Amino acid sequence: MLARVIEEAGIATVTVTMMPDLAEKHRLSRVVGVEFPFGHPFGLPNDVRMQRTVAEAALRLFAEATEPESRLDVDIAWPIDAAVAYRDWQPAEPSPVVAYNARMRQQAEERGS
Amino acid sequence: MPVDSYKFLPRSFRASFERMPMQEETPVWAPLPLPVKEAQVALMTSAGLYVKGRQPPFDVARERENPLWGDPTYRVIPRDVRQEEVAASHLHLNTRDFYVDFNVALPMARFLELEAEGKVGRLADESYSFMGFQERGCAEWRTHYGPEVVRRLKDAGVHALVLAPA
Repeated sequence: MLARVIEEAGIATVTVTMMPDLAEKHRLSRVVGVEFPFGHPFGLPNDVRMQRTVAEAALRLFAEATEPESRLDVDIAWPIDAAVAYRDWQPAEPSPVVAYNARMRQQAEERGS
Repeated sequence: MPVDSYKFLPRSFRASFERMPMQEETPVWAPLPLPVKEAQVALMTSAGLYVKGRQPPFDVARERENPLWGDPTYRVIPRDVRQEEVAASHLHLNTRDFYVDFNVALPMARFLELEAEGKVGRLADESYSFMGFQERGCAEWRTHYGPEVVRRLKDAGVHALVLAPA
């Protein structure tokens, strides 16, 4: 959303995202897709090569994209077991909205029973 | 091979995102006005990063009281920030790796290298950190903080912005 506000004001943007399909639904100008866990759009801590690959993909889109909805997916597989990575990016405690939604579902079920 | 956008998404969210219709009728586009190796580039994250001792954290206490609300403000992250100065306040992510290497979310060191190598004109003096959980519609981003950041970017002569939702 911020990408659209900034691009509409005339500043070129690239969005680096682990959900490029969602970025396409917002019809953004330039999108770099990464298959990385949330919280890690540029990769692993202290992995300079991985982070540089993503950063250079962004620069490549600035240099080469000539029309909106340009997308470049980075071909790097996350090197940690997917099940471990799936759990590891999530907070130790459910976020307030997740807990709130769970309470609302439970209350709805209790009303229904 | 295209990126799987749902690989690390909690399973319960997948269906709603897959069913989501197009959110905009028209695409958006601003050309880069000069070669990227001459451009001043700023960075933006939604990882909830802030500079310890100089800036307040994002208001997670209020979010705990109002679970449908997220702090819409932003923090300015200077290009010379050191790792030990960076902290994160975000209730929807494990923030551990930001304290090891915040470049995973806001790659300042990588863009300073690219600047030194002549691959980008320069990294802007100021980059930006938001906190990505926002109430439905993101009204404050759209009407207040987004336009404010646009003014700052333009005043600084920034040509391009790399945004990375966390």
